Amino acid sequence: MESTRKSHFNEKFMQAIFFLSALASVIAVVAICLFLLIRGVPAIGEIGFMKFIFNESWKPTNTPPSYGILSMIVGSLYVTGGAIAIGVPVGLMCAIFLAEFCPPAVYKIVKPAVNLLAGIPSIIYGFFGMEIVVPYVREYFGGNGFSVLSASLILGIMILPTIISISESSIRAIPYSYKEGSLGLGATKEETVFKVIVPAAKSGILTSIILGVGRAVGETMAVVMVAGNAVMPIDKIRLLKPIRTLTTNIVTEMSYASGLHESSLIATGVVLFVFIIILNTALSLIKAKSLRN
Amino acid sequence: MINNDKIKIENVNLYYGEFHALKNINMNVKEKEITAFIGPSGCGKSTLLKSLNRMNDLIEGVKINGKMLLDGIDIYKDMDPTMLRKRVGMVFQKPNPFPMSIYENVAYGPKTHGVKSKSKLDEIVEQSLRSAAMWDEVKDRLKKSALGLSGGQQQRLCIARAFSVNPEVILLDEPTSALDPISTMKIEDLLVDIKKNYTIIIVTHNMQQATRISDKTGFFLHGEVVEFDETEKLFSMPKNKKTEDYITGRFG
Ligand SMILES: Nc1ncnc2c1ncn2[C@@H]1O[C@H](COP(=O)(O)OP(=O)(O)OP(=O)(O)O)[C@@H](O)[C@H]1O
Ligand SMILES: [Mg+2]
Repeated sequence: MESTRKSHFNEKFMQAIFFLSALASVIAVVAICLFLLIRGVPAIGEIGFMKFIFNESWKPTNTPPSYGILSMIVGSLYVTGGAIAIGVPVGLMCAIFLAEFCPPAVYKIVKPAVNLLAGIPSIIYGFFGMEIVVPYVREYFGGNGFSVLSASLILGIMILPTIISISESSIRAIPYSYKEGSLGLGATKEETVFKVIVPAAKSGILTSIILGVGRAVGETMAVVMVAGNAVMPIDKIRLLKPIRTLTTNIVTEMSYASGLHESSLIATGVVLFVFIIILNTALSLIKAKSLRN
Repeated sequence: MINNDKIKIENVNLYYGEFHALKNINMNVKEKEITAFIGPSGCGKSTLLKSLNRMNDLIEGVKINGKMLLDGIDIYKDMDPTMLRKRVGMVFQKPNPFPMSIYENVAYGPKTHGVKSKSKLDEIVEQSLRSAAMWDEVKDRLKKSALGLSGGQQQRLCIARAFSVNPEVILLDEPTSALDPISTMKIEDLLVDIKKNYTIIIVTHNMQQATRISDKTGFFLHGEVVEFDETEKLFSMPKNKKTEDYITGRFG
């Protein structure tokens, strides 16, 4: 009797712990949403939605000031696109190699290296970019090196571990029977991998790409150190010219901004947040679709 | 009617690492006959079947010696495995259609062997599905995912897929063990129907199935072929005591 009451208490207690833990993350999300809503959205109202989003003139300290972030939105899209162009092919090929072709001895080296890449703090990526990539780009491609290209290169490397590890595990999760089926028809190993296994793993691969995009869009520290951060008119954006993204806009001006200027930076965060929501929605759509199949 | 030997197995031994899985196998499989392999679980039926189209190559640590000849040619020494597998197709125990459309499943094989023309592919797909007796069932949903088919349909699709590369021999490893009696019957009818064009080897745990469809039966035990004979003879008057015990269910 005593012991059943005790285990009953334990159960209740554990339920409460679980519930509180679940609550913690919900509270965090709600708190952040409220912060953005209360401190950022009114600024968008004050500036005017169209003027904020579709105007490329960002002159918050002028009189009168103008708060258009279109150039930063485009900047974020550019460096993210660049990161995808570099990181996806390399990461995907690496994942395929690791999952299907890698000799065990090589795997023992490459896999921990990839994991380590995931754990390197972004400030280190930024330093590496500033000291190595930027001078390299300056020397071999031109410009002053702080550029869309440098940012894309660094972000491309940063999203590699995400793309590699998720794609690799989704490729490994493909049933062995598909491989047997294909080889049994006289297909070669390469044909089997590229025409059956990889297509079968496409929802996992897509997931890895979206998570990579999420990381690239939100990355701040590494980008601010290599991108040059000049606000460029959209028609002047070039691969070898500096660029400012949504995140770097916030971090470069945050320390001295006040009033509407400060709120407009928080509003920039709102736009970033909308990007992330769109990515998350895409993720759940992919999950739902792959569950249906 | 005298058929030629399609496959000759001579003194074959197979090892998984240290484990001796096939012991001195000798067997001749005749063209355009159905040969059944029976025997208790773990006796090496699938192992022998897989070694006939070198699917064992995929497994690490497999050693094989002796000879396996297809039309007199040594398949381990003188034949490229992809070429061999085109000639010797395989249908697995669990239906394993690719996660693609029905059409793409059947077109996959010919495509990998270089057929590009759409009209030729259409023709092969239709022909293969007809041979697997499922054209009428699926002709209106060729673009739909093969994973939406029932288990029995999936297995017949896999048979159609095996037909698509125009093989000479078809190996089937317990193709009906996951299926209901009606789907099983359809596949049995199908096999009997197609044996005029193909040499068929089937592994089965179902002895009625072996008696219903096969011409020859081999009884396996602990990696050896205990008895290999015409199905009728093997089941009505087995020569070996162990065969008798097994087919009368006194095995154990
Ligand atoms: N990849 C492998 N590695 C090591 N041993 C294996 C492997 N595959 C099969 N074996 C062993 O070889 C023996 C024969 O296996 P096989 O799959 O050929 O049996 P089977 O007659 O097909 O049995 P079942 O009727 O259960 O399918 C078994 O003892 C099995 O454990
Ligand atoms: Mg088996």
